[in-house]
Amino acid sequence: MDYALDITLTVNGTQVSRRVAPRQHLVDFLREELGLTGSHVGCEHGVCGACTLLVDGEIVRGCLMLAVQANGCRVETIEGLSDSGELREIQTAFHRRNALQCGFCTPGMLMAAQDLLKHHPKASREEIRLHISGNYCRCTGYQAIVDAIEEVIYGKG
Amino acid sequence: MKAPSFAYAKPGSPAEAFELARRPGAKVLAGGQSLIPALNMRLSQPELLVDISGLPFRDISLEQGVLRIGALVTHSEIEKSEEIARHVPLLAEAVRHVAHPAIRNRGTLGGSIALADPAAEYPACMVALDASIVVAGAGGERLVKAQQFFKGLFEVDLAPGELVAAVEVPAQLKDQRSVFLELARRHGDYAIIGLAAYKGKSTRFVFCGAGPTPMLARRASQSSDLEEAQQLLEKDLDPPADLYNSTSTKLHLAKVLLKRAWTTLSTSP
Repeated sequence: MDYALDITLTVNGTQVSRRVAPRQHLVDFLREELGLTGSHVGCEHGVCGACTLLVDGEIVRGCLMLAVQANGCRVETIEGLSDSGELREIQTAFHRRNALQCGFCTPGMLMAAQDLLKHHPKASREEIRLHISGNYCRCTGYQAIVDAIEEVIYGKG
Repeated sequence: MKAPSFAYAKPGSPAEAFELARRPGAKVLAGGQSLIPALNMRLSQPELLVDISGLPFRDISLEQGVLRIGALVTHSEIEKSEEIARHVPLLAEAVRHVAHPAIRNRGTLGGSIALADPAAEYPACMVALDASIVVAGAGGERLVKAQQFFKGLFEVDLAPGELVAAVEVPAQLKDQRSVFLELARRHGDYAIIGLAAYKGKSTRFVFCGAGPTPMLARRASQSSDLEEAQQLLEKDLDPPADLYNSTSTKLHLAKVLLKRAWTTLSTSP
């Protein structure tokens, strides 16, 4: 049963072509084929948000998308957004506010937080909570995470 | 949790999609936000996934007082659509309860309707609004009233090779009211119980998470007294218990939602 298909996509600005099995998730493709292990794999059924990626500029669950579905798409990961400096401000705020303990959820949290900053640059604390409601922090450090996002929006309080 | 092995095809035209979708072992993939978790958990083991995301089912258009919304319109697009906010405010309200931003970016209206999860928001909205489901197949299109479309638990009026192409929803008029309410453990989680309520010439209270299909509370919908309507819910509904909530808890919560909706529907626009 060789159902493998050829796909070509852009990952963090670089075009890549690979032959993949249709069953492979996009996040597994990034981690295992491309070595981009910054996107984490948590629940593998769309609940935890640790695998959050950008596909064509919008956040998605990397475990709820197949690599074949990303054929022709522009994919960005935590590695790409960190290297480009796009996340610098929110990363600094996470650091300063101690918004991570074990760090497992952090890549997904940063991606979700950046998405909020992009779409709702004046979000209230309640709107921040709503927006990251799809991202679990297994250390339960939500207050600090909301604080960090709030700090980027309203400045150091 | 990894999905089982399957083949994948992405048809370029509806005709090709109908042909692929009728093959034995084929499953239709739209946004995949319910199907892929089911594959990951191996609750579903198709031989072929037919990815319909390339089909032209993305338009939102108003014609003669009916808003037609393409099946591939995503939850995020519903959230942002001014036409939906203006003409089908119930759906605009309901979408806020559908999962989380990253999932809303991929999940589709048609996917949710074709799957017919009993806890899902859109099927209840469709019944409350007396919408029609546009079913497309090799023989053309047919319109099915939402009430008839949702036949049982995850069971809908779709034959092999047929797809949901769109929904047609009567645009809400000035003197009509609607409200969507939902209770969940975490915002965006599956509903413990939800209510799509509509008031025009007639009133319809339709609950999600309260039975195998969207549950129209027939008796309560015909009542003109809140307390009586709450009592009648006991005859209308027999919600199945879930892991955390018993039947009686759900029934109690249904009454709570009914009361909240009643107040909103009774307030003049």
